[in-house]
Amino acid sequence: MRVLMLGWEFPPHISGGLGTACFGLTQGLAHHGVEVLFVVPRSFGDEDTRFVSLVGADQVPVRRVQRETERAETVRAAWSKLPDAVRTSAEGIDVLLAEAGARDPALRERLARAFELVAIDSPLRPYLDDAEYEQSLDLLAEAGIEPAVGAVAARAVAARVVRTAGTVGAPELVPGGAHLERFPSIEELVRESTREQRFVFRGAYGPDLFAEVARYALVVGEIARRERFDVIHAHDWMTYPAALVAKAITGRPLVLHMHACEYDRSGEAVDPRIRDLEQAGFDGADRIACVSHYTANTLKRFYRVDKARLRVVHNAVTHREAAAVLHEEKAIPEPIVLFLGRITFQKGPDYFIDAAARVIQVEPRVKFVMSGSGDMLPRMIERAARKGLARHMHFTGFLRGREVERMYAMADIYVMPSVSEPFGISPLEAMALDTPVIVSRQSGVSEVLANALKVDFWDVDGMANKILALLRYDALSQQLVEDGREEISRLRWDTQGALMKQVYQELVA
Amino acid sequence: MTAVVFYFQVHQPFRLRRYTFFDINKSDEYFDDTENARIVRRVAEKCYLPMNALLLELAEKYAGEFRFAFSVSGTALDQFEQWSPETLESFKKLARTGCVEFLGETSHHSLAFLGDEEEFRAQIREQKRRVEALFGVAPRTFRNTELVCSNRVARVAEEEGYATILCEGADHLLGWRSPHFVYRPEGCERIKLLLRSYRFSDDIAFRFSNRGWGEWPLTTEKFSSWVRELPSEDEVVGLFMDFETFGEHQWRETGIFEFMRHLPRALLAERRFVFRTPSEACAKLDPIARLDVPHPVSWADAERDLTAWLGNHMQRAAMDALYSLAPRVRKIGAGHPDLLARWRRLSTSDHLYYMCTKWFSDGDVHKYFSPYTTPHDAFITFMNVLDDLARRLEQAERAS
Repeated sequence: MRVLMLGWEFPPHISGGLGTACFGLTQGLAHHGVEVLFVVPRSFGDEDTRFVSLVGADQVPVRRVQRETERAETVRAAWSKLPDAVRTSAEGIDVLLAEAGARDPALRERLARAFELVAIDSPLRPYLDDAEYEQSLDLLAEAGIEPAVGAVAARAVAARVVRTAGTVGAPELVPGGAHLERFPSIEELVRESTREQRFVFRGAYGPDLFAEVARYALVVGEIARRERFDVIHAHDWMTYPAALVAKAITGRPLVLHMHACEYDRSGEAVDPRIRDLEQAGFDGADRIACVSHYTANTLKRFYRVDKARLRVVHNAVTHREAAAVLHEEKAIPEPIVLFLGRITFQKGPDYFIDAAARVIQVEPRVKFVMSGSGDMLPRMIERAARKGLARHMHFTGFLRGREVERMYAMADIYVMPSVSEPFGISPLEAMALDTPVIVSRQSGVSEVLANALKVDFWDVDGMANKILALLRYDALSQQLVEDGREEISRLRWDTQGALMKQVYQELVA
Repeated sequence: MTAVVFYFQVHQPFRLRRYTFFDINKSDEYFDDTENARIVRRVAEKCYLPMNALLLELAEKYAGEFRFAFSVSGTALDQFEQWSPETLESFKKLARTGCVEFLGETSHHSLAFLGDEEEFRAQIREQKRRVEALFGVAPRTFRNTELVCSNRVARVAEEEGYATILCEGADHLLGWRSPHFVYRPEGCERIKLLLRSYRFSDDIAFRFSNRGWGEWPLTTEKFSSWVRELPSEDEVVGLFMDFETFGEHQWRETGIFEFMRHLPRALLAERRFVFRTPSEACAKLDPIARLDVPHPVSWADAERDLTAWLGNHMQRAAMDALYSLAPRVRKIGAGHPDLLARWRRLSTSDHLYYMCTKWFSDGDVHKYFSPYTTPHDAFITFMNVLDDLARRLEQAERAS
């Protein structure tokens, strides 16, 4: 069985990474003999390998990884200038592959065989909004990373744009030029992606997020026409139009994966354009894999998805041996209570601060740390100050890689007070470093975790009560840490890979 | 002659209300009276009242030939007095038939034998006084909380004047020996050990309504035919179970009441069988051998040990924290009966049971009986309450 997967990459060790989940799933599928053609959007700064297209059977992924590493420096330098929320890395899957290889050469071998990587030149990242997208275009341009023209066209697969005027078809489809007036229909995208002679190849990215999503769909359409696969599997809204295009072209069954929907990210203030793309995706999908029952309920409630097409496939943990041995020496005697994640509405940072204020009233010798960045950060700093927490609350900014692990390891308690968290992998990472966790009940991860304290995100007193209990009663932390270690070792991607394969098998006779 | 000994355990704990860290030093309302009243009334309606009515009917119908025993914990008696006096009345009515023995236990269904022996003895005496006052006869048979027994427990019971003690007929205890005889615990002089026949007891208490069980449905005929197959030299069959088996664990719709209604006739039809209370059965039987019970055994789970109450860090920490207060509570108890009463209500073993993490990840029977969502919540609540109690104790000490 071969799957066309429209996925995402992220650097390793970053909490809550959609890319980490995509990669873990791929690993799990490989374990069960499912082949994956993994398509990721990625910006390249180097014309020679600006996009790695449809590599022939003679080219194994290992070689490609090496090639990409050679130019990693340029790209990394450029990306380091991007705002935190959109920052990604050129390493991504390469590093994960290398890590898998270092731990288990056989696994690497299996992955290398079952796993083919196709990178589409695109600055799309999960959870971008319009403004962030434009900002990243500017930064890429500044860094001299621009999609080039010409050389790529010869390689047959490329980003395409539609001539702006006088063409039959969809004059709106002008991702290389003006902003979209409306998002093109799937029929239009299919038509345009298959009429090669009418395209003028231009390397430019879409001028806005939605134009880029459309452009991405066109490229995927091209890939879909050339590749052989049994199932299409796409992760979160930016890839849904592309997935629908691939389905329309090939007639293959479509599985959409729901990691976080617009209602999770934005609460009631949804962007109707995103919501509509999600709705179109769900309407056209044969199955929708949800990362939790919590998410499945959201889809039933807000998108009227019928139960028959919903399947729950919880996320798992990518087990890293290095993680277990990390024991960070704390430099301060006070207990540390940690929030780590994007500081946005969805993550509930305000409830963390309110709970901190309650705790400080009875236990002033506690340090609260808020790590991450996001649009609510300035307000959170003000809120902490207003509540008299200036001396107790520390903001670290965005942490990455090793810093994240060190922070988890240093913390005495990790709190994930998310308002709406379809899954939420970060508590598992904290637990892997022997830190007891408190998670909101409004999270998917609370469905799979027994050894975490659970609280409703709005229940500030309840949260404070649990923080205090962990600080006060050692046996509680000890119990959670010991049992939790055992528990997360059982949350494996190969188990989830088997579940995912079952979903494919429902569709592929 | 084989004596069939039914003993039913009746118990209700005083469940705690959601007591947070912020209640400490502010609120002395520990117990969830609303919930406790609701539960005892519900169980009364589904189990205590209809089953007691049936037992009364059977006692009268068989004119003394159908006999059985109850042990009613002190906390359950408290709750009947407060919220379900008709239930207490129905037990008194049964007592007056003369067919029923009421056993002794700890007043608070506690694990005090492990925490503080002095407290253990105090709770045994309190319960003895109360049972005698309510039902007219001083108990002569002892059953410890959750049927926990050991040489040591038996020894204390003997010293407290009991003639018989009940114990689980656990395989690891008996080896090749049969549970259908009376034994004498190691280190004891007079007391007799009456064992629970777990196979027969669990057929009724656990498997009765299990449709996945090969023997389902269990009829009176089927069950009594099994009992009849026992070797003729077997002297006693101990059928010990939670009283809530009838109507609560096994719903009325499963036919459990009808099963019990017809069981006496089915067994009495054979001359070999008689119904006896524990004391009556043991009075006529001599111990066949000594039985060594070096470590406590209970009737819980497959392990038949204490791990359901003291198996994890939280439970051991809570137990230690509770009994570390024992000497101080005792010292000040006479002048502060309220403090003593509250502390004792915290000694009820259910509070520890709610913290059990065995098979927690799979969700199971332990969950069904817990008012908490998780064992961790149970621990947090208990420790917060205990923290408050310790502070009040300190204040009382300073004042005196």
